[in-house]
Amino acid sequence: MEKDEQEPTMSEPTKTKYDRQLRIWGEVGQAALENASICLLNCGPTGSEALKNLVLGGIGSITVVDGSKVEIGDLGNNFMVDKKSVGESKAKTVCAFLQELNDAVRANFVEENPDSLILTDPSFFSQFTLVIATQLVEDSMVKLDRICREANVMLVFARSYGLTGLVRISVKEHTIIDSKPDHFLDDLRLNNPWPELKRFVETIDLKTPDPIAYKHIPYVVILVKMADEWAKTHSSNLPSTREEKREFKDLVKSKMVSMDEDNYKEAVEATFKVFAPRGISKEIQEIIDDRYAEVGSNSSAFWVMVAALKEFVSNEGDGEAPLEGSMPDMTSSTEHYINLQKIYHTKAEDDCLSMEQRVKDILAKVGRDPSSISKQTIKSFCKNARKLKVCRYRMIEDEFSNPSVTELQKCLASQDYSSAIGFYILLRAVDRFAATYNKFPGQFDGGDIEEDASRLRTIAPSVINEMGCDGYELPEELCNEMCRFGAAELHVVAAFIGGIASQEVIKLITKQFVPMLGTFVFNGIDHNSQSLTL
Amino acid sequence: MADLDSPPQSKTRDLDKLLLRAGNLVGPDFYPGAELRDDIRDYVRILVVGAGGLGCELLKDLALSGFRNLDVIDMDRIEVTNLNRQFLFRLEDVGKPKAEVAAKRVMERVSGVEIVPHFSRIEDKELDFYNDFNIIALGLDSIEARRYINGVACGFLEYDEDDTPRRETIKPMVDGGTEGFKGHARVIVPGVTPCFECTIWLFPPQVKFPLCTLAETPRNAAHCIEYAHLIKWHEVHGGKSFDPDEPEHMKWVYDEAIKRAELFGIPGCGEKHNTAIASTNAIISAACALETLKIVSGCSKTLANYLTYNGGEGLHTKVTEFERDQDCLVCGPGILIELDTSITLQKFIDMLEEHPKLLLSKASVKHGKDSLYMQAPPVLEEMHRPNLSKPLYDLMGRVQKDTVHVFGTALKNEEKHSSLTKLRVVFKGADGVTDMDTAIGA
Repeated sequence: MEKDEQEPTMSEPTKTKYDRQLRIWGEVGQAALENASICLLNCGPTGSEALKNLVLGGIGSITVVDGSKVEIGDLGNNFMVDKKSVGESKAKTVCAFLQELNDAVRANFVEENPDSLILTDPSFFSQFTLVIATQLVEDSMVKLDRICREANVMLVFARSYGLTGLVRISVKEHTIIDSKPDHFLDDLRLNNPWPELKRFVETIDLKTPDPIAYKHIPYVVILVKMADEWAKTHSSNLPSTREEKREFKDLVKSKMVSMDEDNYKEAVEATFKVFAPRGISKEIQEIIDDRYAEVGSNSSAFWVMVAALKEFVSNEGDGEAPLEGSMPDMTSSTEHYINLQKIYHTKAEDDCLSMEQRVKDILAKVGRDPSSISKQTIKSFCKNARKLKVCRYRMIEDEFSNPSVTELQKCLASQDYSSAIGFYILLRAVDRFAATYNKFPGQFDGGDIEEDASRLRTIAPSVINEMGCDGYELPEELCNEMCRFGAAELHVVAAFIGGIASQEVIKLITKQFVPMLGTFVFNGIDHNSQSLTL
Repeated sequence: MADLDSPPQSKTRDLDKLLLRAGNLVGPDFYPGAELRDDIRDYVRILVVGAGGLGCELLKDLALSGFRNLDVIDMDRIEVTNLNRQFLFRLEDVGKPKAEVAAKRVMERVSGVEIVPHFSRIEDKELDFYNDFNIIALGLDSIEARRYINGVACGFLEYDEDDTPRRETIKPMVDGGTEGFKGHARVIVPGVTPCFECTIWLFPPQVKFPLCTLAETPRNAAHCIEYAHLIKWHEVHGGKSFDPDEPEHMKWVYDEAIKRAELFGIPGCGEKHNTAIASTNAIISAACALETLKIVSGCSKTLANYLTYNGGEGLHTKVTEFERDQDCLVCGPGILIELDTSITLQKFIDMLEEHPKLLLSKASVKHGKDSLYMQAPPVLEEMHRPNLSKPLYDLMGRVQKDTVHVFGTALKNEEKHSSLTKLRVVFKGADGVTDMDTAIGA
């Protein structure tokens, strides 16, 4: 069940400090960050850098779990430790530095090895909003994944290993209303005008003799009228074939009398909006057809609203989602523009009111308080109804034991994916190596790297077979590079991986923008990194 | 897991694995060993341009990648709005010069690193200053600043008789840029990969548009042609066929693309400008620093040559291999200028103003290390003034051809801006040799 979102208050100095990021996720997003509590496992550079970005952004609280002491070697890769801290608890040292970065964050540490904590105290993790698990081996990943899934705690894995590494989110379901896509078509409904819009358009005469008035008719009016004319002579259809579209565009162009008619120029540019398919997208259709849209008393607010959307689309929506309501700028007389704005605004409000009623009715039907989802939330849902997203992530053990055959085949067949799949397999193979030999291949100098490499090559097939790609051969150079890396945690790679992890955490917590899917496999050799959705 | 009885741990425990061990997918001149690591530490000098969101991260990343000799230049002072990502600064630092505080903080935490801060404008430094560094890492937020440094670095480039770049004059740059969830990182090896100017068509001059978004434009002709068709190139340009190598044509495609994007009526598009978060800066700087390490050491192959990154909708990274513009004014061998041996320096300077590819007024002229004429400051102007009446041929030591750098105010798209350009001057009538290329000369 979702809590109502309240307008947060922030003191002036805090507000200016976060100014550049408030422009991205707003006050609501910022509040979500400030209310979140994050647990970090292992504070080598990967974890430390991930947390640094979150602390700078104003995350509510952090708990660093690491049982190791600062070593001399850490001075060469971790900015959050210094000479003075050698011999001290790494968790404590990193925590102190992070606290310095932002005194508003509540920073705690637990001096314990994460692998043991996972075994001995799984309930420890239930208190957190999200766990960032860095540098865990296969086995611990699987165990932690089960714990967090059970406790409904979000989980992000991140790992740096020489010039490779990975990031993987593991959450049962993450629903997004405010997905903020980069490019999204405005909701002008030129291809499907509703009665009020049609009536308004009818009051305007395109053939007005006044040249000033002629060039101040907004393109929305021009196109709705012309689309209507077209439909009348084309059995109520809109231009659909390439020739028809060209013909329609030429028709619009032919209405231009003089070169300075910006409104007609805009109309010509915007004809594609008339050709756009009516109704809701395939993606939204999938969401409303999702089994979670059949709501019960335990359904989240998101799914309750989706259920309402489903009803809306089949009834008063007439195949369309609630109108978004805003209008882009366009050449127009002020009067026309304002009138149009009102028309769009009014319909959006009416649609929202319908949705509100449906939401209340559904809530009542499933035995919940009809006012438990706020008007504000519903309004935001309506505005973003065409942009909803649902992200689901497989459990790690499922992915490991039963990877998607189609995705695997795609990766194995493509040159672009060859190093990504290679490193993915190797990252698991080195963990098995470590389980057998109590060290990672090539981890120590003086050992026989050649021997480690051949051992690694013998171990890799067990991973490959488990994944169901028997016969796949790991490129030798990749294998050798992996031994060369010797489980090194390079600062620059850690900073990159940690950066990505922190950004995914931000998206998950603010519930804005769209988190990555699959496993991001980093390739620091030629930067041909790929996401594998196995 | 370290054995307590073994020799003291190396501070560069992790880096050592890359630098001391042989590898498979490495650069052409990779000689692994302690000497490589120590040489990097002792002799390599890196300049970080900018001490803001990217600069702070770059300094940390480089200091923790084995580099000990860093310089950082930034003309700004710290502001409160910087604090959400420029992690080297605290509230009490507001008002102080970024370069100075950044240098101090990194030196405090990473012992052994030496960072020299320069609280100044990049234009105020002598060209020689930039020549002292092995690599220049850019953490800038404007096209103009990038263009300037690009001009300087490419200015050091010299070519052989057969137009191959001379290795020892190549000054590589790594350039990063971010806005919101988007970013780019690129490697510029003058004379080898495209320089900033070669791909200037990626960035339309007038529109303030997120730099990194635009890099999605494909670089191969087939894609560009299809795109141009999409926006009805032919309807506007009649019989003229689209030529992706023609800057005018590409600019047109670009303008159309932008108009289209604006027409999309993207809600809140304006709000996306001037947005910055720590994570994107961290990611892009890390990529740049990694490339710096790889270029210097050869410990792995390098990025070829442009990485774009978008973390808003899922996670997307893409590498594009852009190609050099062989005729690039900045990193190419230089605009050929054929002159008579009798032409005076004054006449030469006047010609630059008329030259269609230059339109350079108030030019200062430099030949190698010698300034032939300087427009400013007054004391130096006066000192060099007698040169104006002398033949350029004589001033250049009576060589038949050589490179000259001219610096002045260029007029481009009706806008004036500082410009540094390289020219290949060839004297006709000297040794009776004439050049094959066409040129505008006396």
